[in-house]
Amino acid sequence: MLELHDGSLHVNTILADWYAKISDKNYGAFIPFVGIVRDEDDIEGLSFDIYEPILKSWFDAWQERAKAQNAYLLMAHSRGDVPNHTSSYIAAVVSPKRKVALSMINDFVEDFKANAPIWKYDLIDGKRVYAKERSHLLQGHGLLKADA
Amino acid sequence: MAKVEFLGPIGRASIEVDIQNLSELKNYFKEDKELQEWLGICAVAINDTLVCEADVPVSSHDKISLLPPVCGG
Repeated sequence: MLELHDGSLHVNTILADWYAKISDKNYGAFIPFVGIVRDEDDIEGLSFDIYEPILKSWFDAWQERAKAQNAYLLMAHSRGDVPNHTSSYIAAVVSPKRKVALSMINDFVEDFKANAPIWKYDLIDGKRVYAKERSHLLQGHGLLKADA
Repeated sequence: MAKVEFLGPIGRASIEVDIQNLSELKNYFKEDKELQEWLGICAVAINDTLVCEADVPVSSHDKISLLPPVCGG
Protein backbone atom coordinates (compact mmCIF):
# COMPACT_ATOMS: atom_id res chain seq x y z
CA MET A 1 0.00 0.00 0.00
CA LEU A 2 1.40 3.37 -1.08
CA GLU A 3 0.06 6.68 0.25
CA LEU A 4 1.11 10.22 -0.73
CA HIS A 5 0.14 13.12 1.51
CA ASP A 6 0.43 16.89 1.18
CA GLY A 7 2.71 18.26 3.93
CA SER A 8 3.79 16.49 7.12
CA LEU A 9 2.59 12.96 7.77
CA HIS A 10 0.16 12.41 10.64
CA VAL A 11 2.21 9.59 12.08
CA ASN A 12 -0.15 8.45 14.84
CA THR A 13 -3.12 8.29 12.50
CA ILE A 14 -1.25 6.51 9.69
CA LEU A 15 0.33 3.89 11.96
CA ALA A 16 -2.96 3.28 13.76
CA ASP A 17 -4.73 2.88 10.42
CA TRP A 18 -2.10 0.46 9.14
CA TYR A 19 -2.17 -1.54 12.36
CA ALA A 20 -5.96 -1.80 12.17
CA LYS A 21 -5.67 -3.06 8.59
CA ILE A 22 -3.10 -5.77 9.26
CA SER A 23 -3.65 -6.87 12.85
CA ASP A 24 -6.21 -9.57 12.01
CA LYS A 25 -4.28 -10.94 9.01
CA ASN A 26 -2.18 -13.35 11.09
CA TYR A 27 1.11 -11.53 10.54
CA GLY A 28 3.48 -12.02 13.47
CA ALA A 29 5.62 -8.95 12.85
CA PHE A 30 4.89 -5.31 11.99
CA ILE A 31 8.13 -3.34 11.55
CA PRO A 32 7.63 0.37 10.89
CA PHE A 33 10.31 2.94 10.10
CA VAL A 34 9.44 6.62 10.66
CA GLY A 35 11.64 9.31 9.14
CA ILE A 36 11.65 12.63 11.03
CA VAL A 37 13.04 15.88 9.61
CA ARG A 38 16.04 16.99 11.66
CA ASP A 39 16.92 20.57 12.54
CA GLU A 40 20.40 20.91 11.02
CA ASP A 41 22.33 23.33 8.80
CA ASP A 42 19.85 26.13 9.62
CA ILE A 43 17.05 24.58 7.57
CA GLU A 44 13.41 25.25 8.43
CA GLY A 45 12.36 21.92 7.00
CA LEU A 46 12.40 19.90 3.79
CA SER A 47 10.25 19.94 0.69
CA PHE A 48 9.59 17.19 -1.84
CA ASP A 49 8.57 16.68 -5.46
CA ILE A 50 7.41 13.21 -6.50
CA TYR A 51 7.06 11.64 -9.93
CA GLU A 52 4.17 9.32 -9.21
CA PRO A 53 4.12 6.98 -12.27
CA ILE A 54 7.65 5.65 -11.70
CA LEU A 55 7.28 5.71 -7.92
CA LYS A 56 4.23 3.45 -8.26
CA SER A 57 5.97 1.00 -10.60
CA TRP A 58 9.04 0.94 -8.31
CA PHE A 59 6.79 0.26 -5.31
CA ASP A 60 4.76 -2.40 -7.15
CA ALA A 61 7.97 -4.27 -8.02
CA TRP A 62 8.95 -4.24 -4.34
CA GLN A 63 5.49 -5.44 -3.35
CA GLU A 64 5.97 -8.45 -5.63
CA ARG A 65 9.32 -9.19 -3.94
CA ALA A 66 7.61 -8.95 -0.56
CA LYS A 67 4.76 -11.21 -1.66
CA ALA A 68 7.27 -13.90 -2.66
CA GLN A 69 8.32 -14.00 1.01
CA ASN A 70 4.73 -13.84 2.33
CA ALA A 71 5.37 -10.25 3.44
CA TYR A 72 3.52 -7.02 2.68
CA LEU A 73 4.85 -3.46 2.34
CA LEU A 74 3.24 -0.19 3.39
CA MET A 75 4.65 3.25 2.64
CA ALA A 76 3.60 6.87 3.09
CA HIS A 77 5.49 9.93 1.84
CA SER A 78 4.97 13.67 1.88
CA ARG A 79 4.59 16.05 -1.05
CA GLY A 80 5.51 19.69 -0.59
CA ASP A 81 6.83 21.31 2.58
CA VAL A 82 7.58 19.37 5.79
CA PRO A 83 8.78 21.44 8.80
CA ASN A 84 11.54 20.28 11.14
CA HIS A 85 10.58 17.72 13.78
CA THR A 86 7.72 16.32 11.72
CA SER A 87 7.64 13.22 9.54
CA SER A 88 7.97 12.99 5.75
CA TYR A 89 8.33 9.24 5.36
CA ILE A 90 6.95 6.06 6.90
CA ALA A 91 7.68 2.57 5.63
CA ALA A 92 6.61 -0.70 7.17
CA VAL A 93 6.89 -4.40 6.49
CA VAL A 94 4.54 -7.01 7.87
CA SER A 95 5.32 -10.71 7.66
CA PRO A 96 4.59 -13.95 9.50
CA LYS A 97 8.19 -14.06 10.78
CA ARG A 98 10.12 -11.14 12.27
CA LYS A 99 13.45 -11.97 10.57
CA VAL A 100 11.96 -11.52 7.09
CA ALA A 101 10.45 -8.15 8.04
CA LEU A 102 13.57 -6.88 9.82
CA SER A 103 15.78 -7.71 6.87
CA MET A 104 13.35 -6.39 4.28
CA ILE A 105 12.76 -3.01 5.94
CA ASN A 106 16.48 -2.28 5.68
CA ASP A 107 16.76 -3.36 2.04
CA PHE A 108 13.56 -1.54 1.11
CA VAL A 109 14.56 1.78 2.69
CA GLU A 110 18.06 1.60 1.17
CA ASP A 111 16.64 1.00 -2.30
CA PHE A 112 14.05 3.72 -1.72
CA LYS A 113 16.83 6.21 -1.00
CA ALA A 114 18.74 5.17 -4.12
CA ASN A 115 15.96 4.79 -6.69
CA ALA A 116 12.56 6.25 -5.73
CA PRO A 117 11.85 9.25 -8.01
CA ILE A 118 11.55 11.87 -5.28
CA TRP A 119 13.43 15.17 -5.15
CA LYS A 120 14.37 16.79 -1.87
CA TYR A 121 14.83 20.48 -1.17
CA ASP A 122 16.06 22.25 1.95
CA LEU A 123 13.78 25.04 3.13
CA ILE A 124 16.02 28.03 3.85
CA ASP A 125 14.56 31.52 4.39
CA GLY A 126 11.31 30.24 2.93
CA LYS A 127 12.93 29.14 -0.32
CA ARG A 128 13.45 25.64 -1.74
CA VAL A 129 17.10 24.71 -2.34
CA TYR A 130 17.62 21.41 -4.21
CA ALA A 131 19.61 19.00 -2.02
CA LYS A 132 21.85 18.07 -4.95
CA GLU A 133 24.83 16.95 -2.88
CA ARG A 134 22.72 14.48 -0.90
CA SER A 135 20.96 13.08 -3.95
CA HIS A 136 21.64 9.85 -5.80
CA LEU A 137 22.30 9.41 -9.51
CA LEU A 138 19.84 7.07 -11.23
CA GLN A 139 20.82 4.24 -13.56
CA GLY A 140 21.65 5.48 -17.04
CA HIS A 141 22.33 9.09 -16.04
CA GLY A 142 24.14 11.24 -18.59
CA LEU A 143 22.58 9.49 -21.58
CA LEU A 144 21.62 12.76 -23.27
CA LYS A 145 24.68 14.84 -22.40
CA ALA A 146 26.52 16.09 -25.46
CA ASP A 147 29.80 14.32 -26.23
CA ALA A 148 32.87 16.27 -25.10
CA MET B 1 5.57 15.02 -31.69
CA ALA B 2 7.12 13.32 -28.65
CA LYS B 3 6.72 15.11 -25.34
CA VAL B 4 9.77 15.86 -23.18
CA GLU B 5 9.21 16.66 -19.50
CA PHE B 6 11.82 18.03 -17.11
CA LEU B 7 11.18 16.63 -13.64
CA GLY B 8 11.91 17.89 -10.14
CA PRO B 9 14.41 20.73 -9.73
CA ILE B 10 15.13 21.29 -13.45
CA GLY B 11 12.18 23.68 -13.44
CA ARG B 12 11.38 23.86 -17.14
CA ALA B 13 8.06 23.55 -18.91
CA SER B 14 7.50 20.47 -21.07
CA ILE B 15 8.29 20.70 -24.78
CA GLU B 16 7.34 18.73 -27.89
CA VAL B 17 9.98 17.54 -30.33
CA ASP B 18 9.99 15.77 -33.68
CA ILE B 19 12.56 12.99 -33.20
CA GLN B 20 12.99 9.34 -34.17
CA ASN B 21 15.28 8.25 -31.32
CA LEU B 22 17.09 9.56 -28.24
CA SER B 23 20.29 10.29 -30.17
CA GLU B 24 18.34 12.93 -32.06
CA LEU B 25 17.15 14.41 -28.78
CA LYS B 26 20.74 14.47 -27.53
CA ASN B 27 21.65 16.43 -30.66
CA TYR B 28 18.63 18.73 -30.20
CA PHE B 29 19.90 19.75 -26.75
CA LYS B 30 23.62 20.03 -27.55
CA GLU B 31 23.70 23.86 -27.78
CA ASP B 32 21.68 24.39 -24.58
CA LYS B 33 24.52 25.06 -22.13
CA GLU B 34 22.31 25.46 -19.06
CA LEU B 35 20.53 22.18 -19.76
CA GLN B 36 23.83 20.37 -20.42
CA GLU B 37 24.65 20.76 -16.69
CA TRP B 38 21.49 18.81 -15.92
CA LEU B 39 21.85 16.27 -18.73
CA GLY B 40 25.13 15.00 -17.29
CA ILE B 41 23.35 13.88 -14.13
CA CYS B 42 19.86 13.10 -15.41
CA ALA B 43 18.48 9.64 -16.12
CA VAL B 44 15.98 9.22 -18.95
CA ALA B 45 12.65 7.42 -19.05
CA ILE B 46 10.44 6.68 -22.04
CA ASN B 47 6.80 6.18 -21.10
CA ASP B 48 7.87 5.88 -17.44
CA THR B 49 10.50 3.17 -17.96
CA LEU B 50 14.16 4.07 -17.46
CA VAL B 51 16.35 3.52 -20.52
CA CYS B 52 20.12 3.20 -20.85
CA GLU B 53 20.62 3.23 -24.64
CA ALA B 54 20.46 6.30 -26.86
CA ASP B 55 19.45 4.39 -30.00
CA VAL B 56 16.05 3.50 -28.54
CA PRO B 57 13.36 4.47 -31.08
CA VAL B 58 10.90 7.21 -30.13
CA SER B 59 7.42 7.57 -31.61
CA SER B 60 5.23 10.64 -31.79
CA HIS B 61 3.05 9.52 -28.86
CA ASP B 62 5.94 8.81 -26.50
CA LYS B 63 6.66 10.69 -23.27
CA ILE B 64 10.32 11.24 -22.44
CA SER B 65 11.13 12.21 -18.85
CA LEU B 66 14.42 13.59 -17.53
CA LEU B 67 15.07 12.57 -13.91
CA PRO B 68 17.73 14.40 -11.85
CA PRO B 69 19.40 12.65 -8.87
CA VAL B 70 16.87 11.57 -6.24
CA CYS B 71 16.65 11.69 -2.46
CA GLY B 72 13.41 10.63 -0.80
CA GLY B 73 12.64 10.32 2.87
